[in-house]
Amino acid sequence: MFMKMLVSSLIRRRSRMLVALIAIAIGATVLLGMVAISFDIPRQMGREFRSYGANMILVPSGEDALVKLSDAERAAAFIPKEQLVGMTPYRYEIVRINMQGYTAAGTSFDDVRRTSPYWNVNGEWPKGADDILIGSDIAEFTRITPGTVIAITGRSGSGARFKRDMTVSGIVRTGSVEDAFIFMHMPTLEELMGDSGTAEVVEISVATSEAGLGELVSRIEAEVPGVSPRLVKRVTQSETAVLSKLQSLVFLVTLVVLALTMICVATTMMTVVMERRKEIGLKKAIGAGNRSIAAEFIGEGLLLGVAGGLFGGVCGYFFAQAVSMNVFGRSVYLDWKLLPLTAAVSAVVTVAACLGPVRRATDVEPALVLRGE
Amino acid sequence: MNILELKGISMIYGQVKALYEVDLTVEQGEWLAIMGPSGSGKTTMMNIIGCMDKPTDGSVTFDGQEISKLGPSELTAIRRDKIGLIFQQFHLISYLTALENVMVAQYYHSMIDEDEALQALERVGLKDRAKHLPRQLSGGEQQRVCIARALINYPRLILADEPTGNLDETNEGVVMDILSKLHGEGSTIIVVTHDPEVAEFAEKTVFLDHGRINKIVRNSRPANAKTDADALKAAGAL
Ligand SMILES: Nc1ncnc2c1ncn2[C@@H]1O[C@H](COP(=O)(O)OP(=O)(O)O)[C@@H](O)[C@H]1O
Ligand SMILES: [Mg+2]
Repeated sequence: MFMKMLVSSLIRRRSRMLVALIAIAIGATVLLGMVAISFDIPRQMGREFRSYGANMILVPSGEDALVKLSDAERAAAFIPKEQLVGMTPYRYEIVRINMQGYTAAGTSFDDVRRTSPYWNVNGEWPKGADDILIGSDIAEFTRITPGTVIAITGRSGSGARFKRDMTVSGIVRTGSVEDAFIFMHMPTLEELMGDSGTAEVVEISVATSEAGLGELVSRIEAEVPGVSPRLVKRVTQSETAVLSKLQSLVFLVTLVVLALTMICVATTMMTVVMERRKEIGLKKAIGAGNRSIAAEFIGEGLLLGVAGGLFGGVCGYFFAQAVSMNVFGRSVYLDWKLLPLTAAVSAVVTVAACLGPVRRATDVEPALVLRGE
Repeated sequence: MNILELKGISMIYGQVKALYEVDLTVEQGEWLAIMGPSGSGKTTMMNIIGCMDKPTDGSVTFDGQEISKLGPSELTAIRRDKIGLIFQQFHLISYLTALENVMVAQYYHSMIDEDEALQALERVGLKDRAKHLPRQLSGGEQQRVCIARALINYPRLILADEPTGNLDETNEGVVMDILSKLHGEGSTIIVVTHDPEVAEFAEKTVFLDHGRINKIVRNSRPANAKTDADALKAAGAL
């Protein structure tokens, strides 16, 4: 009978309950969406950073302006194979597109994917020798889209002019300096420049402890005079700092949304109680105790909370997915455990919001049913 | 045996003496009518008799129990167990069917019993309307559901506040016949009414004025003596 009363009350009085339900569902949508994003994105990124991000760079030592790749190979030999995640050289030269000068970086894309896994490429990674990536700033400025063939011009090391048609296979976005660079295969750049075997900087990712890193640095310094190894903070550390700020922002927004939901539910329930004073009075007149009345309203709140929470949770999943794709450019992994959790939180919030109105409901005097109002 | 005794009952709202030093006894099985102009204290008296309000002063003994000193939850228990209420505005729960409205009273009382609830509806001639919502029922039918609900827990006392106030003549007849039948089966009934014809069914009429009992009139030949199942039949209730 209790359930029948609750369900009938909710179903046969749809319009009023719909408002509360929508409020709860929106709250749950934001809740699940925000929680999913704020926990999943940093977790995903952090995981990738931690295991692969570059944490050491090789720069030229003293008088030399360039790192010899042969020196870099010798340095890498000191790193145990199982600890070496990737080693990526970068050689920078100036090239022109339509008379406009840009920095072109020669590199090895396979290694880039290991030392900079956070690169977000829209389109394809380069395959053929004349495939290139361009930074998103350049893409925006020149309106070049993936698949476009562009003419790259410039002067080689000996001063000879060159011109080469290359295919933009993808656009890279990192939110950092890379967004203003053009990336091509190292051999291609070497061929254009007419010399080979050097780089401005070599990024290395080593999977080892901080002590292990320090040891490596001193060994390479001593044994390979051509290069100077430097430790760099992994991208993860600065990036996760930002992300944790983002997380607390999201947390705050979620709290505000929950508070708003609660206020909305509380007002709706208050209105419901006021509207139903006669009914409450009647129930009391025919023998309902305060506990029965309270249980009925809290039960309604609970049902609303769970239903709104589940519905909103499902919406929240799509919401999180959409936000994640648009803002972070990656899909969010949704732990389905979040769904019952969201429903539970909604239920708690709704019930909490109902407590005030319920007190009002139990205060209703049975005598009022006989007094015509 | 007296089922109800009011002694020196006063109900004072600020300056207004809604009831003032009222004494009244009601015997077991008696049918009592309360009449009086608007504002004379009828509703106030009903609320006190029905254990929904406590008097400012005086003592109420109901079914051998002094109730003017009881707390709200004990009063709730008495309403639940011993009193059946019939209202002028019916007060059915709008989102529950006729049957469920009857069952709600069972639910608050003890356990629900659908068959018994259906039987109660049958007694008031509404078995085939059990699954209808109040808004799908006519005023007379709603009042009969209200009566079925009032009867379902075998109350010691039936309190009816203007039970026919919102009904046409035919339905008034049906409702009064149901009450007569209940009275015939030994129920104690107190009816508040404006309508002298309704009051005629009672054995005793109490006239209230300005919170005091003006006079009590014994009805030598209650109207229910002359009625039979005819009126019920005419209204299609049986
Ligand atoms: N809750 C209340 N507060 C103040 N005055 C009230 C209240 N209830 C009833 N009264 C007053 O008590 C008097 C009797 O009211 P009532 O019992 O409702 O009369 P009746 O039902 O005979 O019309 C009226 O003057 C009314 O205004
Ligand atoms: Mg009145």
